[in-house]
Amino acid sequence: MKEEGKVKIALVSCGSEFAGVQKELESAAESLNAKLVYPEMEITALDTIGKDFGLEVASPDLKLMMARAKAVVEGIANVDGVFVATCFRCAEAAIVRNEVRRYIFENSGLPVISYSFTERTAAATLLTRMEALTTIARRKHLLAREKQTGITAGLDSGSTTTKAVIMRDNEIIGEGWVPTIKVIESAEKAFQQALDQAGLKKEDIQAIGTTGYGRFLIGDHFDAQLAQEEITVNSKGAVYLADSQRGSATVIDIGGMDNKAISVQDGIPGMFTMGGICAGASGRFLEMTAKRLGVEITELGDLAVKGIDKNVDMNSYCIVFGIQSLVNSLAKGAAPEDVAAAACHSVVEQIFEQQLQEVEVKEPLILVGGSSLIAGVPKALEALLKVEVLVPPHSQLIGAVGAALLVSGYIEQE
Amino acid sequence: MAKVFIYPTNSLILSDLVERFGHTPLAMMEKIHEKISTVGVDSPPMNITPEDPKHGLKYAAVEVPAGVRGRMALVGPMIDNAEAAIIVSESVAAFGCMGCARTNELTKFLIRKRDVPILELTYPRTEDEGHDFVYKIAEFLKSLPKKEAEA
Repeated sequence: MKEEGKVKIALVSCGSEFAGVQKELESAAESLNAKLVYPEMEITALDTIGKDFGLEVASPDLKLMMARAKAVVEGIANVDGVFVATCFRCAEAAIVRNEVRRYIFENSGLPVISYSFTERTAAATLLTRMEALTTIARRKHLLAREKQTGITAGLDSGSTTTKAVIMRDNEIIGEGWVPTIKVIESAEKAFQQALDQAGLKKEDIQAIGTTGYGRFLIGDHFDAQLAQEEITVNSKGAVYLADSQRGSATVIDIGGMDNKAISVQDGIPGMFTMGGICAGASGRFLEMTAKRLGVEITELGDLAVKGIDKNVDMNSYCIVFGIQSLVNSLAKGAAPEDVAAAACHSVVEQIFEQQLQEVEVKEPLILVGGSSLIAGVPKALEALLKVEVLVPPHSQLIGAVGAALLVSGYIEQE
Repeated sequence: MAKVFIYPTNSLILSDLVERFGHTPLAMMEKIHEKISTVGVDSPPMNITPEDPKHGLKYAAVEVPAGVRGRMALVGPMIDNAEAAIIVSESVAAFGCMGCARTNELTKFLIRKRDVPILELTYPRTEDEGHDFVYKIAEFLKSLPKKEAEA
């Protein structure tokens, strides 16, 4: 892959230098050939920023953060993207962080993400988010791609399942889907399934794109042209499959380990959130529910559609308490279909409470990822948000499709 | 007649002034009245039910403390409905006690973001300032559209 220029990321923070995470932030940026910069501003801006911004806070460092955000919006600081970060436990910072992010996003057109860190935040946790930020800044031409050309493969090495697709001239001609056990072996198996279905050999593939947790490992193994985080890849795959490449859309991806909520404009992600500290509302929770109910995960959806979620009290904030509520309900004689419905409701409720608050929901709402196939999940999401939820065909293969689509851009470059 | 949001949201003086000039105050007292007189709310004066902070999520992200979100569940809809606003800063507690500083910061920010006429004043400390204070509020309220404009 050819060397690309350094991306300048403005660090808009209230003092990450004091939180023990600065080295991790620098290290995540460094690994992506990006550089963190501090937006410059006039010191006198601090005197009036509360009034100017409308948010009069007590903390001088939060005032500094708002003044830096203003410098970014006004173009005083010349940057390619913005990383907004504050401490996880600070109430005042939580308010400022959210509003600063919204302000930069709405007024600058720059990609912006935010994160609330603890003193244990590691570079690996930040990597996917920062990678998405640099990709949006650096590869807009690639993300603008609307059609797949040539013969390409997309491999998505997820935490729970590994998916593969082969595409030819904008059509999916082969697909594979296996549980992730050993990352490389699972990818080989899924890839082979897809090749068999397509009636092709590895040598026929012109370019390979990888995504998911194991993207770098399998990217090296298969000599892939593109190894890309799942936020940009999945949003591209989602709007492609849902035929919503132009205009705005919202993508919700319920994965095995974490969830993503992404606001998309013309196929390019704008604001997004990704489950961080807690994996409570993930596909894993639904898997555990299915196991406890003694049904296959593929049967859970049909069961849930027949149930009434309100009949079961379910704690939606934690996978441990959630399972506890589920076991307690069954012990009290709750019907399995009600428990299944409550589990689906609990997953979407947590996405609503934890992620959709920071992402403006614009229709169409595209639900992707393996959990989208569990009928109770889109049903619960529709009921909660009162909007129509679109589950596109091949929604479970979203990452692989997105990777196959994006990597076809590299064929044309050659 | 305009719906006028007041800050502090429980100021009886501001609420009274707004009413005297023929407008509708959007005040916390009314919200609390709804809460304590609604059948089904368990134990007044503990008026906030476990559901309320969830409604406040629309105004404050999940990492904002529950108490802020619970308060915003009441204050937020008033901000949404506001057609005008009066904000009085640095007031004494008796003028309209607002206990949570973080909620106050967010409340003022959200109302300032609305595209409605806003009068911002500092709480008066002398009698002259007091006269000026009431005069400015009266002029502001007189400038707001009356009933027929609404129709």
